[in-house]
Amino acid sequence: MAISDLTTRLQEKFQESILDVSEYNGEVSINVKGLVILEILSFLKSDGFNFLVDLTAVDNLTLGGYDRFAVVYHLLSHENVERIVVKAYVPEEKPSLPSVESLWKSANWQEREVYDLYGIEFEGHPNLIRIMNPDEFEGHPLRKDFPRQGREQRKDFPVVERMTRGKRL
Amino acid sequence: MNPQVTAKSLETEKMVLNFGPSHPATHGTLRVIMELDGETVIKATPEIGFLHSGFEKLGEHLDFNQYVTITDRMNYLSPLCNNVAYALSAEKLMNIDVPKRARYIRILMCELSRIADHLLSIGMLAVDIGAFTVFLYGFRLRENIYDLFEAATGTRLTTSYTRIGGLMRDIPEGFETGVAKVLDEVGKVADEIETLLNRNRIWQKRTKGVGVISKENANSYGITGPAARATGVDWDLRIKEPYSDYDEFNFDVVIGVNGDVFDRYLVRMEEIRQSAKICRQVLDKMPGGEVNIDSDSKFVLPPKEDVYNSIEGLIHHFEQIMPNRGMIPPKGESYVATESPNGELGYYIVSDGSRTPYRVRTRPPSLINYSIFSKIMVGGMISDAVAILGSLNVIAGELDR
Repeated sequence: MAISDLTTRLQEKFQESILDVSEYNGEVSINVKGLVILEILSFLKSDGFNFLVDLTAVDNLTLGGYDRFAVVYHLLSHENVERIVVKAYVPEEKPSLPSVESLWKSANWQEREVYDLYGIEFEGHPNLIRIMNPDEFEGHPLRKDFPRQGREQRKDFPVVERMTRGKRL
Repeated sequence: MNPQVTAKSLETEKMVLNFGPSHPATHGTLRVIMELDGETVIKATPEIGFLHSGFEKLGEHLDFNQYVTITDRMNYLSPLCNNVAYALSAEKLMNIDVPKRARYIRILMCELSRIADHLLSIGMLAVDIGAFTVFLYGFRLRENIYDLFEAATGTRLTTSYTRIGGLMRDIPEGFETGVAKVLDEVGKVADEIETLLNRNRIWQKRTKGVGVISKENANSYGITGPAARATGVDWDLRIKEPYSDYDEFNFDVVIGVNGDVFDRYLVRMEEIRQSAKICRQVLDKMPGGEVNIDSDSKFVLPPKEDVYNSIEGLIHHFEQIMPNRGMIPPKGESYVATESPNGELGYYIVSDGSRTPYRVRTRPPSLINYSIFSKIMVGGMISDAVAILGSLNVIAGELDR
């Protein structure tokens, strides 16, 4: 009840930016354009969804969708005990969308994770560097076109040279 | 404590200390780069990813039941909680209602895991701070709980107990008496540990006022579980969004006040008692019947008697386990949040209608709880790092996945 009320208010306020509202098994997800995600999430935050549960992404390469990548935000309202899913779609070429780190600090590491594994850039993120893979790593492993076995072995391990009694070990 | 005071009276030089990745107090491979002024930490930068093994990528190539084995390896201190969380999410995706007995056994297993997990995390916190006895007291009881897991699932650590649509098998005969025996021990061990620690002056000095998380920060940083409840956030998914059958049991949510290491310890201690209370109620109310849904639904394997004695049963069995055969979920997605010992553990599963999930995402409580570390570490001493790490109970397997 409250959710459908909320979605109509969102559609009124953001109009074309809201692509559609879907429901599966009682889970409401709002599909939006990536560029307006910060405004939409700050609207939802002021509306009671005070907790960012999870931030992740889905590569829609074979699934189909509005765009190649969907960044998925799971929001939770502690007060009303309600959950809502917001999916922000970003295109394949130069995937980027605004960072929500200013709203929730928990987005910091999770956006870094999405950047690392999907290559989606978050504008305004204070420290957007890889978190799981080494900095020199090339490619983004969770993209659907990245092979499961990886592309190559890592070659650039730093070699530590130690000297004992004037001799190199 | 205050770095400015020392800086004024004495010229000091900043020093960079590399804590980990292989350090006895990290219990896993974590690395923290700490900038020190004397012994005061002025900046702590955690570096993670040493155990990253692509569990989420693997999930896109394994079928729904095969992925249960991967969930064990995430939080290896309470693998059953991971199994249950994953199964619940997959079952929500496929619209499966498991029998009541399966739901009760799952709750029993989750709560036993919670006791084991909390005992270990308190034991580790204590042993890092220097109280070795507590660790041994906790470990003795944890061993008994692991014996129960071994009896029910066949293994101690990599349990893989749940299947989509039920459980691997029913609990063995005499399991309930074994659980009852362990539950009698729980109260005693909890009392012993609290007698050793609660009024211990060294323990209080090392934990009180250390690593304080405020309520606002807890919500902003996405902290869940005992670490959040220690700050006073009244949020327990077992009460607020009762999954499985948690609403049929009576227990209290434990809430702290100060949000420091000491309160996190107290919350965990009391949760052990509450979990034991739930376990007793489960044993009292345990219903009979099957633990799996009907095998005609094509989601679970048929009974072994059918497989060995009838051709239809054999065909059914092969239809389930052969490559390119097996359950086909509907196209859709699901997210189920469960209260794991560390916090909210959820699995976000996207399906494109094929036999393997399109995307399996774990909402890892360890990763998100750990992200506050660099904030609460500032101003503390090096030795506080050990206490804070222990109290957040960061599990590297789940942190890096």
